[in-house]
Amino acid sequence: MAIKTYREALSDALAQEMRRDPTVIILGEDVVGGLGGTAGEDEAAGGTFGVTAGFAAEFGRRRVIDTPITESAIVGAANGAALTGLRPVAEVMFMDFMGVCLDQMLNQMAKFRYMFGGKCDVPVVIRTLMGAGFGAGPQHSQNLYAMLTAIPGLKVALPSSPADAKGLLATAIRDNDPVIFCEHKLLYGETGEVPDGEYLVPFGKANITRSGTDVTLVAFSRMVLLANKVADKLAREGISVEVIDPRTTSPLDRDAILASVGKTGRLVVLDESDPYCGMASEITALAATEAFSSLKAAPAKITPPHTPVPSTPHLEQLWLPSLERIENTIRATVGKRAA
Amino acid sequence: MSEPRLHVPEVPARPGEEPDFSYVRISPAGAVPRPPIGVAVRETVPLAEDLIRVLDDNGTAIGPWDPKLPPDTLRAGLREMLLTRVFDDRMQRTQRQGRISFYVRSWGEEAVSVAAAHALRPGDMLFPSYRNQGLFIGRGTPVLDLMCQLLSNTHDMCKGRQLPVMYHDAPRRLFSISGNLATQYPQAVGWAMAAAIKGEDHIAAAWVGEGSTAEADFHHAMLFAKVYRAPVVLNVVNNQWAISTFQGFAGGEQRSFAARGPGLGLAGLRIDGNDFLAVYAATAWAAERARAGYGATLIEHVTYRAGAHSTSDDPSRYRPKDEFPAWPLGDPVERLKKHLSGLGEWDDARHTALLAELETEVAAAWKQAMSYGTNNDGARLDPALMFEDVFKVLPPHLEAQRAELEAELAAARDAGAAT
Repeated sequence: MAIKTYREALSDALAQEMRRDPTVIILGEDVVGGLGGTAGEDEAAGGTFGVTAGFAAEFGRRRVIDTPITESAIVGAANGAALTGLRPVAEVMFMDFMGVCLDQMLNQMAKFRYMFGGKCDVPVVIRTLMGAGFGAGPQHSQNLYAMLTAIPGLKVALPSSPADAKGLLATAIRDNDPVIFCEHKLLYGETGEVPDGEYLVPFGKANITRSGTDVTLVAFSRMVLLANKVADKLAREGISVEVIDPRTTSPLDRDAILASVGKTGRLVVLDESDPYCGMASEITALAATEAFSSLKAAPAKITPPHTPVPSTPHLEQLWLPSLERIENTIRATVGKRAA
Repeated sequence: MSEPRLHVPEVPARPGEEPDFSYVRISPAGAVPRPPIGVAVRETVPLAEDLIRVLDDNGTAIGPWDPKLPPDTLRAGLREMLLTRVFDDRMQRTQRQGRISFYVRSWGEEAVSVAAAHALRPGDMLFPSYRNQGLFIGRGTPVLDLMCQLLSNTHDMCKGRQLPVMYHDAPRRLFSISGNLATQYPQAVGWAMAAAIKGEDHIAAAWVGEGSTAEADFHHAMLFAKVYRAPVVLNVVNNQWAISTFQGFAGGEQRSFAARGPGLGLAGLRIDGNDFLAVYAATAWAAERARAGYGATLIEHVTYRAGAHSTSDDPSRYRPKDEFPAWPLGDPVERLKKHLSGLGEWDDARHTALLAELETEVAAAWKQAMSYGTNNDGARLDPALMFEDVFKVLPPHLEAQRAELEAELAAARDAGAAT
């Protein structure tokens, strides 16, 4: 084990899989990061956030491919290459830009296997940055994983910790179905213990980050960090919160959520995504339809309002779910006021 | 298996090496002919590969493209280019001080925007990209307005909702800038088609970087422009770099970007983007052609991004540090200054005085902008604004969410007052 950042853990997983399997290639804008230094590729930036720094030197520029700025062709080419047996890891710099290449995801990669009578694998990974908190406004801050989760044929991973970033990305690359790998931009500098060597985290297995008995708090991506904080604070007051990080929304670990709700009888879902037709709606519906008899209180959703993400930091902070709001919702759900 | 033969474009020079611009094909000033505006598209093929230039190395205007502008227009252009540069430098420093979160300078590319603003009519609709602040300045948008947008303060035209530099100015007919690239191309074509449908005399103009020409929208838009002979001027600002990606990756090897115009049935012009007179003349030619019903033109402005992509980027990691002084097309401000001085219409003393005047103007505007609030202190935007303009009429669910937030904020204020 070593303490690493989320960013380093992503690099680890990519390097691990590229060393292990020569069919893994990377393509996207600025992934080489230019050819820095007369020493060659060693000093190149390696992407806007440096995840692939040094990769061109180690793996060569036929496996680490800078592309023109065209999300449709990046994802379309990844689709084509995947059908030949390569394992492309394509990068869409910001998740918002998926608007540009949605057809390649919605009508192509998600449906190839089905439409072609099961004759092909589609081992594509789309790595993408999402999330608010950077003051980046309506077109660079969205969390669109619920929309993608709704598409049959796509798998969707949302790592919330450095260890999961490594383990889930390695699993995504080895998966024979298309995976949308959603990295929250505010998590890049977060640190945590990351296992050395080959490390895989299975899809569809939730992580219970805090055990508890009074209320189940399901959270996604960066919201898991906020959920843990609130759970720790409330634990000191005798409110026992169980925090569940599903880690993947497709497949979703319904069993873990239902088992927890069966135990606590209360559910709060914390989601940085749009409030309608989202994961919070899905999971509260799951509890209402599958665990109705266990429920002691109405399930609650904590999401941003149904507006685009404002850019100015003051409004953006109000848009995001706050620790106070999470705490107050949990208190209301368990029926205990602040001490 | 045989050797891999995937071609990967190479940069001409890496950090630490001598700058190498031998790949930039340059025609002598005055050498490229200027055809009549109704010329057939296929006749523009050479114009899309050669380089239209008016100013020679001595600052003299020569050849058929010389727009023969009066000195007052030239001085106005020089002033606006210099104002753009002073504004850029000030905002760059401001970002370094943490006052604004993000900035994009247009250093070295000022002529591309400012000259176009002069060559087009006030009624023409402009669809800028994020390095076209010179269009706003050239059309008279006060730098104060731009600063308030950068600060997301109480006078922000975008009401705190957009990334810094995504300005717009509806009265001056400047469309909003988009974070997703090249989307303004089809919009500009649609705007131009509408002008034609309505029988108006206005045209549209749009700008993208050479990197963004890779986006599908670029190609779709040109096709529409060709099919409907839309009155639009489509500009590609080839500043050699898309963040760290060299123009070769955008398809700049062997063929110019302008050549895609004739390829898709549009007139194509490749021009010296650091030559104020060439940008003016080419834009005016294309605008006249569009207005007369001969259709759209694709103009490639050959220029150089002298600074970083944005304040989030460090170009010393991927290109030689001293490239700009070696750039063969020089500095647009210096070239126009030399031309005006050669005409006896400008001198160093006036230039120095102008620079000082603009610095004072920008400093005063900045002080005023700060008085309307910053990210860190002063007046703040009303949180209720977050819920407005999602729809024309505020729907009940957003009204409820707004009330919820206001109640939370009130509770927080009460709690704060109690402690």
